[in-house]
Parts: sequence; C-alpha cells; structure tokens
Amino acid sequence: MRSARSSLARRGLLLGPALTWWAVLLAVPVALILAYSLFRRGTYGGVVYDLNLENFERIVDPIYLKVLWFSVRVSLEATAAALLIGYPAAWFIATRPKRWRTVLLVLVVLPFWTSLLIRTYAWMVLLNDQGLINEALTGIGLVDAPVKLLYNEFSIVLGLVYGYLPLMILPLYAAIERLSPELREAATDLGASPIRSFLTVTLPLTRSGVAAGCLFVFVPSLGNFIVPDLLGGGRQSMVGNLIQTQFLEARDWPFGATVALAVIALMAIVLWIQARAVARDREEGLADA
Amino acid sequence: MMRRISVLAATAALAGGIAACGAEVETSTTSGGSTGAGETTADSTPPTPSDGTLTVSNWDAYTPEGLIPGFEKETGVKVKLAKHATNEDIMGKLEASQGSGYDVVFVSGQFAEALHKRGWAAEIDHSKIPNLENLYPEANELPYDPGNKYSVPYTWGTTGICYRSDLVPSKPTSWDDLLDPAPENEGKVTMLATDRWLMLPALKSLGYSANSTDEGELEEARDLLMEQKDQLLAYDDTKFYSKLVSGEANLVEAWDGWCNYGIAEDDRIEFVVPEEGSDLWADTMVVLESSENKDEAFEFINYVLRPESGKGIVDLLTYNTPNQAAMEQLDPKLKKQYPNLGIAPSELLQQENLRDLGDAQPTWTRIVTEITS
Repeated sequence: MRSARSSLARRGLLLGPALTWWAVLLAVPVALILAYSLFRRGTYGGVVYDLNLENFERIVDPIYLKVLWFSVRVSLEATAAALLIGYPAAWFIATRPKRWRTVLLVLVVLPFWTSLLIRTYAWMVLLNDQGLINEALTGIGLVDAPVKLLYNEFSIVLGLVYGYLPLMILPLYAAIERLSPELREAATDLGASPIRSFLTVTLPLTRSGVAAGCLFVFVPSLGNFIVPDLLGGGRQSMVGNLIQTQFLEARDWPFGATVALAVIALMAIVLWIQARAVARDREEGLADA
Repeated sequence: MMRRISVLAATAALAGGIAACGAEVETSTTSGGSTGAGETTADSTPPTPSDGTLTVSNWDAYTPEGLIPGFEKETGVKVKLAKHATNEDIMGKLEASQGSGYDVVFVSGQFAEALHKRGWAAEIDHSKIPNLENLYPEANELPYDPGNKYSVPYTWGTTGICYRSDLVPSKPTSWDDLLDPAPENEGKVTMLATDRWLMLPALKSLGYSANSTDEGELEEARDLLMEQKDQLLAYDDTKFYSKLVSGEANLVEAWDGWCNYGIAEDDRIEFVVPEEGSDLWADTMVVLESSENKDEAFEFINYVLRPESGKGIVDLLTYNTPNQAAMEQLDPKLKKQYPNLGIAPSELLQQENLRDLGDAQPTWTRIVTEITS
C-alpha cells in the first residue's frame, strides 16, 4: 500500500512539469481558440459574446478553401524538394568519418543563428530582376532578359525549403547514421543492384526518419506567412497570411480563431496519420531499431 | 548512446533556434503585418503605466530624435517610448489589453475613430493644449473626428503614384496608369498591400468612395484589381521606393512622404496625385481613457504641437504636418526637393478622408483575400 502510494507520488512528480506545460501551453490556448471561434466580431473590432456558428459557415467559402489548398500544395512541394535535397545531404554527413560529422551538423544548423526574416530579405536581393543571379545570367549572356525568379510560387517554395531544410536533414541523419553498413553489404553480396538495395533495404529502414523530416518541414511551411509576403510579393496568400490578416487587419479575432482551428485540425490529421504509420512500423519491428 | 545524445543535442539546439526565430518572426510581422514585414523591431510587451511616467507608442522611426529628451528635460515627466510598425500592430496590442497599457498612442485617423467607438479614447481637454491653435483651421474639420474631440493630428497626407520619370513612357496622371499599365510598365508596377490602399486606386478609378461599403462596388473594384494582377510585380508596403531606385519597378502606388525616400536617393523619381482623386489620411495622437496620467499626456501633445517640434517632424519624415506654425518655418529648399510639402491644406482637404469601415470590414477583408489568392 505504502509503496503503491509512493509510486503514485513519484509518477505525479515526474509527470507534473510535463502535464503543466501541456496544459498551459497547449490545452488552454487551443480551448481559447475554440471558444473565440464561437463568438462574433463587434462593429469596431473586439468580441461580442453571443454563441453562434456563423464563423463555421463563413469558412467553407470556396475562397478560403482555395487559400488552404494553395498552402497545402506549396507545403507539399517544399517538403518533397527538401526531402530530395536533404536525403543525399544526410547520407553524405552520416557516412563521413566521425570527427567530421559534428562539424557538418553544426554547419547545417548554423543558418538558424540568423533570423529567418533577414535571411528571407537576402533572397530578395539575390532573386530580383536586378539581383545578383540575374545580373550574372545576363552578364555572361546566358539569357537576354532577366528570368522571373521572384514573386511567384517558385520563390515561395524556395524560401520554405531554404528555411526548413535543416529540419529535414537532422532526423534523416539520425536514421541513416544508426543503419549498420553490413546490411547494405549483405544486400550487395546477395546480388542486389545499388538501386535495389537502396529501395528494399535502406529506404524502408530509414522510413521513420523520412516521416519525421517531412513532418518537420510540412507543418511550419503550412503556417509560414513571411515567405509568401516577401518572396511571394504578397500576391498569393497562404493560410498563415489569412490568419494574420483576420487578427490584425480585419480585427476579426473570432473568425481568425476559426481559421486557426481549421489549420490545427488539419495538422492533427497529418500527425495522426504519421503516428499510425509509426505504430504499424513498430508492430512490424522496424521502427524500434 | 553518445551518438544519440549528440543528435538529440543538435535537435534541441535547433528547436531552440526555431523558437527564437519564431518569436522574431512574430514581432517583425506584427510590426510588418500584411503591410509587409519591415526590419523594425517593435517592443511587443506593452509596458504597464506607472505614475508620472508616460508610456507612448509611435511608429518606429516616426519620432524626431530630440523630441522626447526635450520634453522630459522641460517638464520632468519621463517618457517610455514603445514602437509599433503598423496601425494593425498597435490595435492588436490594444485589443489584447482591452485598451490599456499606454497613455498616448499614435494611430491613423480611421483607427482613432475605432478607438473612440470602442470607448478606449479619452476626450481631449482643449484647455490643456493651448498649442492646438498652431493647427491649420482645416485640421479641425477632419471627418473621422471633427473638432479633434478625441484625437490630435500629427501628420497628414495623401496617396498617389511614385514613378521613375526616365523609365515610364509618359508621365502618369490617372490611377489607370497603374491599373492598366502601358506595355513598357507591365510587370514593373507595385501596389500597397494594406487593404485600404490596395483597394483605393480601383475604387477611385471607378468613381466610388474610398470608404465604400457597397458590396457591388467592392466587387467591381476587385475584378479590376484581379485583372491588374498579371501586370503587377508585387503588393508592397515597405520597399516600393527601393524597387524604384533599383529599377525593378517603373511606377508604384505610394504614400506621399514615402515616395520622398526614393526621391532622396534618385532625383528622377517623381510623385503625382492622380486626377480621379485620392485619400486624405491623418496620423493622430490619441490619449487612452485608461491612462492615469492624462494631464501629462495632454502636456506631451502640447509639446508636440510646438512649431519647433513640428518642424523637426517634417524634417525627419518629409510628410506634411497640420501644424501651420511649423510648416511656415520650413526651409524652402526642402519644399523644392519634396514637392508634396507644397500641397496646401485646402488641396489636401479635397481628397477623401479614410474612415473606419465598421461592419463592412470583414467584407473588405474577404474581397482583398479573393484578390490575393
């Protein structure tokens, strides 16, 4: 009896900080967002506390679904590009001698020491019609007129990939690094081509890293609003811009909260799918390497 | 095991970096907002007012350097200056604190109107601000607050087209030069990104009010702006003048004083108010009802309305100020370099004053979203 009680106390002690953290920083804010979404904007901003579901009728307007779809598309493009760049990079780092790996990992993380805003402005300097890249291209006579590199979907995706690539590389590195080289050697010995051994051995064994990296890039991409603002030239709103506009420009907190809720729901679905995949892997005895 | 820890440590360092980065982005965007993220760093925590110390929030780089020290020295009242980058930014903060945390806030007229309607703006005690008589008589007739009952104008101006005279095929005269650009200007045009000014050219070109709340009119303006989008370089509130200087853009929609930032760097840049008319905006000082230092706040406004203070404001910002006594002291050279400073108050008053949109604001925001999606 005594030991049971003390074990309960110990559990409480151990879980307490995490639970408090979770409650104060996740549960309460989400509950507040949910609560706000049930009220409406006053004539001059503010919140009028009469319960209604109007915001949920407003949000199914095709225009907002279009913004949401554009955000999902751009985020998927950014995630795919980051995976294509990040996988070889992580592979390269993980297969270097030990002393180099730390150095290379630090280099990957280094850009985070500067604000994303400033780094995004730097891209504007590089990409604009009179920018360094176009000057160089026209200078060596490769093109006659400047190539449109800025203020389009390409520059938004580029900005997101650039911003979040380290989040792809790190989990991939962790997954690749703990892969034993003998497995690939065995596949080769048994006659598998390099492509086949990658597809049937390496890739499945690093699946958890791929899933984590994709999630880490997709989720912040979906909520980003400075990249579409600056590199997209404000021409294409993403859902982050939509939420920001509702809270600030429109002073419509209830509707802004409703849009935020929709994004949270979307993210929850993505996370749930990922959690399911991990659980399935674990059952197959793969992920728990 | 070691290995795991190093990866974990790297991830943790990274997460820390992201969190920091997120915070930074947050400030910059509340500051930049949809009006484009400026590089300004705004104080995001509203300071709590304490006795005798005035807490004032003004746009970043909108307060002449000597103004606050001069006021402090003369009156012994301490001032804590907070900064915001946009109206939306400070309104968001006031919304969060229910109209408290500051003694004096600088906002544009239509937002002063909203603050008044929310009951957050204190009535201006004219007897405590004798320098109000330095204002042009016209500055007492601004439609968002006739008689300056709950706000005092700080600067005012209009919006027009800022352009590179050497790059455009002919001098622009109409909003249509922006909305339906000549072939030489296609893809070399920017528009302001904040809702009121994004819609202004189209509304004026169609002959409608800049404060229109008629959904049909707004939709017509929307259609015009959506057609324009193919020829548009970007929606830009913060860097349009540097796009002119670099030659990325030939002509841009601009606030009069901001065009001057371009003119200062390249004298081939010129400014014109289109013939269809434009807006009359005013940036104002509002004393909050929650302030416990209203007398000091009025004293501060009185100090700002001195001719010397007003002159310092124009010298710094190259915006017009409604302070007649200050305008009369201006260096004629300045007026020559920046033609907007020659716009007479009577001319300014012919433009349409921006008002709070009230219940039509969500409709506006939806229509602007349609344009930018």
